[in-house]
Amino acid sequence: MPSTALLLSQAFNGLALGTLLALVASGLTIILGTLGVLNFAHGALFMLGAYAMYVVMAHTGSWLLGLLAGGVFMLVVGVALERLLVRLFYQRPHEDQILVTFGAGIVIVEAVRAYFGGNTKSVPTPPWGQGIVRLGFLFYPTYRLELIGIVAAVLFALYLLLYRTSIGLVVRAGIEDARMVGVLGINVRRAFLAVFALGVLAAGVAGMLYAPIVSVQPDMGGSFLVEAFVVIVIGGLGSYPGAVVGGLIAGEIISLTSAFNTAYSEVMLFAVMALLLVLRPQGLFGSEGRV
Amino acid sequence: MKLGRLAPEAVLAAVLIAAPFLLVHVGFSYDLLERILDWGLIGLGFDLLFGVAGMLSFGQAAFYGTGGFVAAWLLVGHHLASVWLALAVGTLAAGLVGLGVGALAVRRIGIYFTMITLAFCEMGFFLENSPLAAYTGGENGLPGVPVPQLGPWRLTSGLPIYWLLAVLFLAGFVLARRIRHSPFGAVLAAIKGNAARAGQAGHSVPDYKLAVFVIAALYAGLAGGLLGVIQSYMPPDAFALDTSGQLVVQTIIGGVGTLIGPMVGAAVWLWLRDNLQMIPHVGALWKLILGLIFVVLVVALKRGIAGELRYLLTRRRRAAAEAGVPEDSADGAPMPLAAPDLPLRAPLVATRADAPALRALGVSKFYGGLHAVEDVSFQVRSGAIHAVIGPNGAGKSTLFKMLSEEIAPTSGRVELFGRPITGLGVTRATQLGIGKSNQLNQLFLDLSVSENIRLAALARARGRFRADLWRAADSIPAVERQVALATATVGLAHRAQVPVHVLPYGEKRRLEIGIALATGANVLLLDEPLAGMSPAERVATRALVREIARGRTVLIVEHDMDAIFELAERITVLYEGRLLAEGTPDEIQRNQAVQAAYLGGLHEHEPA
Repeated sequence: MPSTALLLSQAFNGLALGTLLALVASGLTIILGTLGVLNFAHGALFMLGAYAMYVVMAHTGSWLLGLLAGGVFMLVVGVALERLLVRLFYQRPHEDQILVTFGAGIVIVEAVRAYFGGNTKSVPTPPWGQGIVRLGFLFYPTYRLELIGIVAAVLFALYLLLYRTSIGLVVRAGIEDARMVGVLGINVRRAFLAVFALGVLAAGVAGMLYAPIVSVQPDMGGSFLVEAFVVIVIGGLGSYPGAVVGGLIAGEIISLTSAFNTAYSEVMLFAVMALLLVLRPQGLFGSEGRV
Repeated sequence: MKLGRLAPEAVLAAVLIAAPFLLVHVGFSYDLLERILDWGLIGLGFDLLFGVAGMLSFGQAAFYGTGGFVAAWLLVGHHLASVWLALAVGTLAAGLVGLGVGALAVRRIGIYFTMITLAFCEMGFFLENSPLAAYTGGENGLPGVPVPQLGPWRLTSGLPIYWLLAVLFLAGFVLARRIRHSPFGAVLAAIKGNAARAGQAGHSVPDYKLAVFVIAALYAGLAGGLLGVIQSYMPPDAFALDTSGQLVVQTIIGGVGTLIGPMVGAAVWLWLRDNLQMIPHVGALWKLILGLIFVVLVVALKRGIAGELRYLLTRRRRAAAEAGVPEDSADGAPMPLAAPDLPLRAPLVATRADAPALRALGVSKFYGGLHAVEDVSFQVRSGAIHAVIGPNGAGKSTLFKMLSEEIAPTSGRVELFGRPITGLGVTRATQLGIGKSNQLNQLFLDLSVSENIRLAALARARGRFRADLWRAADSIPAVERQVALATATVGLAHRAQVPVHVLPYGEKRRLEIGIALATGANVLLLDEPLAGMSPAERVATRALVREIARGRTVLIVEHDMDAIFELAERITVLYEGRLLAEGTPDEIQRNQAVQAAYLGGLHEHEPA
C-alpha cells in the first residue's frame, strides 16, 4: 500500500492531468455535440498550440504574448479548417468526416515536422511559475499548481460562454437538434463556424498551457487524442459537463493507479471505459439513443 | 464456376508470380514486397470490415499485434516448435481478442464504434509495453523469430519467404472475394447501405457486424504472425496507433471496397518511404505529400488507385445496366401481375386455429408528455385487407412501428397469430412473418433492384444469422425464385439489374413494397403505399395490393380514401392517438364522429 503522502501527491497530479484532459475533451465534445463531427485532427491542433507557444516564447520570452498570439493563431486555423474542409462534410457520412479530419491531422503533424524537425523542443516555464510550493507536507511544482487554477478558470469561462450567452444557447440547442435550430432561422452556418473555431481554440490553449511541462514534438497529440476519446466515452457524447467530469475522473484513474503500479495506469483507464460500456453505454452524462 | 468469375484471382496470381522478377528493377526489394503483402493481408480483412460493411475501425493494430506477439512468444520461448502451428495459434488469439472487443464495439454505431476501436488499440499498446513486457519484450520487442520449415525446405528470407507470403495473400484474397460475393457478404453490403432496413428485413445486424469484425481480426492476426517471421523480429510498434492509421490511409489511397486496394496503397506508401528517404530535402516530405493526397481523395470522393481501375474496367457493363431507365417514367408503368404466393413463406406461428392474424392489446406509446398512441386495441382477421385511417398526427405510423416491433410500446402488447411478439425486436418479428413497407422509402440505393429484393429473401431462407461464406449469394434456387417472383409482382422485372438510385420515384415506391413482400411475410403492413404516386400508378398499385392480399393478411395505412374504401373489408380509425371507430367501410362512411374528426382535422392539417 503506497504512503498517504504519495497518494496525496498523485491525487494532485491527477487533478493537473484531469484538467488538461477536460480542456482537450471539451473542445472535442463541443464540436462533436454541435456539428456531429468527430474531429480526429484534435490531437494535432493540441500539438500546434504547443508549437505556437514555443515560437512566441523563443522570440519574445513572454508567456502572456504567447497565449494571446497563440490564441489568435488557433482561431485562424480553426476558421480556415472549417471553411476549407470541415464545412464540406456536414452532409456526408460520419466515416468520411473522421477520415478527412484524420487526414488533416496527418498533414498538420507532417507540416510541423517538415518545418521544425522531429526533435523535442523545450518551452521554458514562465518566471512566475518557477520553483516549488510547499503545501503542508507536500512539495509541488509551482507551475503545475498554477495550471490547475488557470485551466479551471478557462473551463469556467467556457461554461459561462456555453450556458450564459446567446451563442451558447445556439450551441446547446444545436447539440439537441441542429436541424430545428436551422428551421428557427438562426444562422447555423455562422454558429457552426464559431463552434468549430472555439473547439480548436480549446485544444490549442491546452497545448499552449502544457507546453512547458510536456515534451513538445510533432507526435505529442496522438495519445491526448485517444485519452480525450476515452473521456468522451466515459462522460457521454457531446456533453460538456461529461467532458469536464470525465476528464477529472480519467486524470485521477491514471495518476492514482500509477501510485500502485505504473505499468497499469493507462490500462486501468481503458478497463474502466470497457466496464462503463457494458454498464452504462451512453456514458455518465449522455442521454440514451444519441448519436 | 465460370471463367469470368475467376479472372481477378488469375490476374492477381500472375502479378504475384511476376512481381519479384520485374519489380526489383524499380526499387522493390524482396523484403519490401513481403511487407507490402503483409500489409495487404491485414487490408483484406479491413476492407471486408470497412469497404464492404462500412465499419471504420482504427483498432486493427490491436489484432495485428496480438497475432504477432502470441506467435513470436510461442516460438522464441520454445513453447511450440512448429512455426505453422504458432501462426495458427496467433491468428486464433487475434480472433478471440476481436470477439471480445467486437462484442463491446459493434452495438455502437458510427462515431462511437470508431472511437472504441481506437481506444482498445491504444490499450493493447500499453498492455504490450508494460504489464506484459515479460512476455513481449516491452519496448524491445521479440527478436529471434525462426523461419518456417516446409517438408525438406527452410523458408529462409528472400524469395522463399516471398513465395510464402504470395501464396497466403492469394489464398486470403480468394477467401475474401468469396465472402464478399456470398449471402453473408450481401448482408454486409446491405448493412453498409442501410443497417436499419437490413434489420427490418430479418437479418441480425449485430451478429453480422461481430462476425465480420472477427474475420478482420483473424486476417490481421495472421499478418501479424507473418511480420515476425519476415523480419525474424516482432516489433512493438505493431501495436501502435500509427499502424491502424497507416492501414486506413493505405486503404483509401489504394481503393476502398476493392479488397486489393489496401495492398496497392501499401505498395505506394512503403515504396515512397524506402526510396524517397534517401533523397535529401524530399525525404522528410513524403508523408506530408501522402497526407495531402489522402485528404484530396476523401474530399473529392475519389475511388483510389484500384477503385479507379475497376471503375474504368466495368464502365461498359454499368452503362448497359443503367441504360433505358428514364424511358418509362412514373406514368402508366406496366405492372404484370404474377401469382403472389411466394415460394418462401414464413412458417405460420398460429397457436390457435381461430387466432386473429394480428392483435393489438391496449397499445400505447408516450414520448415524455406526448401521447402519440394511447390504449389502442383492435384485431385483424386472417386473410383480410384491413385499413387504419385518421388525420395527420393521429398516430398511424407510430402504431405501425409498434405492430412491426420497430419501436417498443410504452404499454400494451401485440400478438401475431396469438403469439405475443412485443419485446422481440423488429428482426425476430420479421422472422416470425410480419413485414412492413415504410412510409419513407428505406432502400439500399447503391445496390441493384434484384439485390435489394434478394436481401429480404435471404433473411427468410437463412434465418437471422448464418455464416455461409463460401457459396455465391445468387446460388440458392429457392431464393432466386422468390426474387424473380417478388420482382415481377411489383412490376420491376425489366429493372432487375438497375442500381436503385437511378430509379424514378414511383418505381422506388414499388420496390419498397417488393422488399417487404420478399421477406415472405404472412402479415404485411403497408404504410402509405400510394404516397407520392401519379394517378395512373395509384390505380396499378391498388390492383397490386389486392393481388398481394390473396395470399396473406394486409394491414394498410393510406390517405387515399377512394383506395381505402375500395380495398378494405374493415377500417380502424385513429384520432389524436386514440381509437375513434372501427367497422366496415359503409359503417365508417356513415359514422358521425369520423366525419367530425376528419372535417376538424382537415381544418387543422393539410391532407398528405
